[in-house]
Amino acid sequence: MEAKTATKNVRAPSVVLAEFDSAHDVLHAAEKVRDAGYARWDAHTPFPVHGMDRAMGLKDSKVGWIVIVFALTGLGGAFVMMHWMNGVDYPLIVGDKPGGAPGTLPSMVPIMFELTILLSAFGAVLGMFHLNRLPRHNHPVFESERFRQASDDRFFISIEADDPKFELTKTRSLLERAHAKHVEVIEEDVS
Amino acid sequence: MAYWEPIRELDEAPLVKPGSSLADVTHDIARVTETPAPRGWWACFLLAATFAGIFVVCVCYLFYRGVGVWGNTAPVYWAWDITNFVWWVGIGHAGTLISAILFIFRQRWRTAINRFAEAMTIFAVICALIFPGIHVGRVWVIYWMFPLPNQMNVWPNFKSPLIWDLFAVGTYFTVSLLFWFTGLIPDLATLRDRSTDKWRQRIYGFLAFGWRGSNRHWQNYERAYLILAAISTPLVLSVHSVVSMDFATSVIPGWHTTIFPPYFVAGAIFSGFAMVETVLLIARTVFKLHRVVLMRHLELMNKFLLLTSLLVGYAYAMEFFIAWYSGNEYEMAHFLKMRPTGPYWWAWAWMVGCNVVVPQLYWFKRMRTSLPVMFVVSILINIGMWFERFVIIVSSLNRDFLPSAWGLFRPTIIDVGIFTGTIGVFFTLFLLFMRWLPMVSMTEVKGTMPQADPHRHAEGTTAEDKVELPARGGMLPEGAE
Repeated sequence: MEAKTATKNVRAPSVVLAEFDSAHDVLHAAEKVRDAGYARWDAHTPFPVHGMDRAMGLKDSKVGWIVIVFALTGLGGAFVMMHWMNGVDYPLIVGDKPGGAPGTLPSMVPIMFELTILLSAFGAVLGMFHLNRLPRHNHPVFESERFRQASDDRFFISIEADDPKFELTKTRSLLERAHAKHVEVIEEDVS
Repeated sequence: MAYWEPIRELDEAPLVKPGSSLADVTHDIARVTETPAPRGWWACFLLAATFAGIFVVCVCYLFYRGVGVWGNTAPVYWAWDITNFVWWVGIGHAGTLISAILFIFRQRWRTAINRFAEAMTIFAVICALIFPGIHVGRVWVIYWMFPLPNQMNVWPNFKSPLIWDLFAVGTYFTVSLLFWFTGLIPDLATLRDRSTDKWRQRIYGFLAFGWRGSNRHWQNYERAYLILAAISTPLVLSVHSVVSMDFATSVIPGWHTTIFPPYFVAGAIFSGFAMVETVLLIARTVFKLHRVVLMRHLELMNKFLLLTSLLVGYAYAMEFFIAWYSGNEYEMAHFLKMRPTGPYWWAWAWMVGCNVVVPQLYWFKRMRTSLPVMFVVSILINIGMWFERFVIIVSSLNRDFLPSAWGLFRPTIIDVGIFTGTIGVFFTLFLLFMRWLPMVSMTEVKGTMPQADPHRHAEGTTAEDKVELPARGGMLPEGAE
């Protein structure tokens, strides 16, 4: 189709992908990449490797801040909903007890609690997806056949070509010196 | 000492068979979804689907004729419907307990069973939600339960525990689903990467959201998972507490009891663990998961059942004691006379026998490690827990303050069909889950293996695994994360 008409595509490297045998090797390779000053790179492992965040020099996750905002929204929203519905819009006096706050505050506790939890859970999951920029079904690393093993028992480091420090030969030899078992360059069309 | 090493002083054994490689784990678990279903699966599935069919027929008839097709009648207006509801919600609780509370306490043995248990929670809560849904009579105005503008121009009464219950169980279902799905994402990516045909690749690929095992993602993922576990822990304790308030805030002798919230929670965890065990034993046999689900996991579960059985037994005893100690004549008549000698004495006997007497077998190691014994006991416990709810609901309602208002409850064939039908629905969903999704979390199991320890040198990995591991073994409670 369109790809065929543009026959003379220029291909340029987009990611260098290095494969490692063990969690130990990938962790130490990550330390070397971090010390070399790269910024746009990542480690890919079948499970979270203990100590990798420090080896990559990552800052603490921000998910918690998103969750607290959602949690407080849930708490406040539940209170406003119950107070307005039973106390303001249609005062509901049952068993001689008033409909709204402060008189009914004790009976509001369960729903305030539940909605806090409900929105926190949405905050945690949606916040995680947002920070990770997922779903994203296409990514240069998926071009690699070997990368399929990243979700099984192999460990990878990918360095993106638009990293300011990126220089194909240098980057490649850095990874090889870090005991990579296999280094591959993934190219993509530039037009 | 590395975090995956067992504490020898505590007699700990490895969690995954020594010498297993990471690829073995992927293969063992992913294989189930990739090969044709074994004959045992088809046998179970057809049986379960038959009962699910009975359920559909009975519910259609119920909608057509109304709730009069049940045995519910004065004075027993809540009977099997609410019994089944409480029973199913309770079963769900063990799933969250295993996935959240044991996660927070870093009980790494949970990795063999947590995916299972979470799936069980979701399917059990689906079965539970059916009952309040269908027992309202006029199903077509079911949205009156929610705080939505409706033709009566009035909002729900938020002072009613029934609406607390709606929010509690609804939240519970949603949060469990999110928790389960979040845990599944990396494993769905594994299935995507292993799949050879286009459709599997597309479906699992779509559901995996493009997960690429990135450490920048793992960081947010692990934090989100920890937060989900942390908020699910109070949630699970609140859900059955709120369910118990449906009863405890009333004035009926047998219901009006302050011990109900913790008593219900303990019972819920008890029956849920028993159900996890029943299902796990079937799956382990049918799909040959002996390398991942070890006797050690099962024995730990049996110890847990013994503990929760004692808690439940304590609650039963305390109800009797407080009935006597309160000096309230209605309470005394109910607990000391009606329950053990009234018309439903046999239900009470089943409850005490299955929940308090039978689990005492687990004081003996031989009983805790015998597969036939634990299969039978896990089923008996769930029968006992169903009778517990039946005793609380029906035997309290059928004998209240005035002898002139007393009456008996008799279930109809539709009651039986709908109850056994939900068991069919539950197992149908469960068997589909086992067939199409990784039923053990591959990611988490790998994370507990010696290979996951980055401080363990990789050179000579294989030799070390084969030779040293039997002596050094797995990785248990004191997980230093």
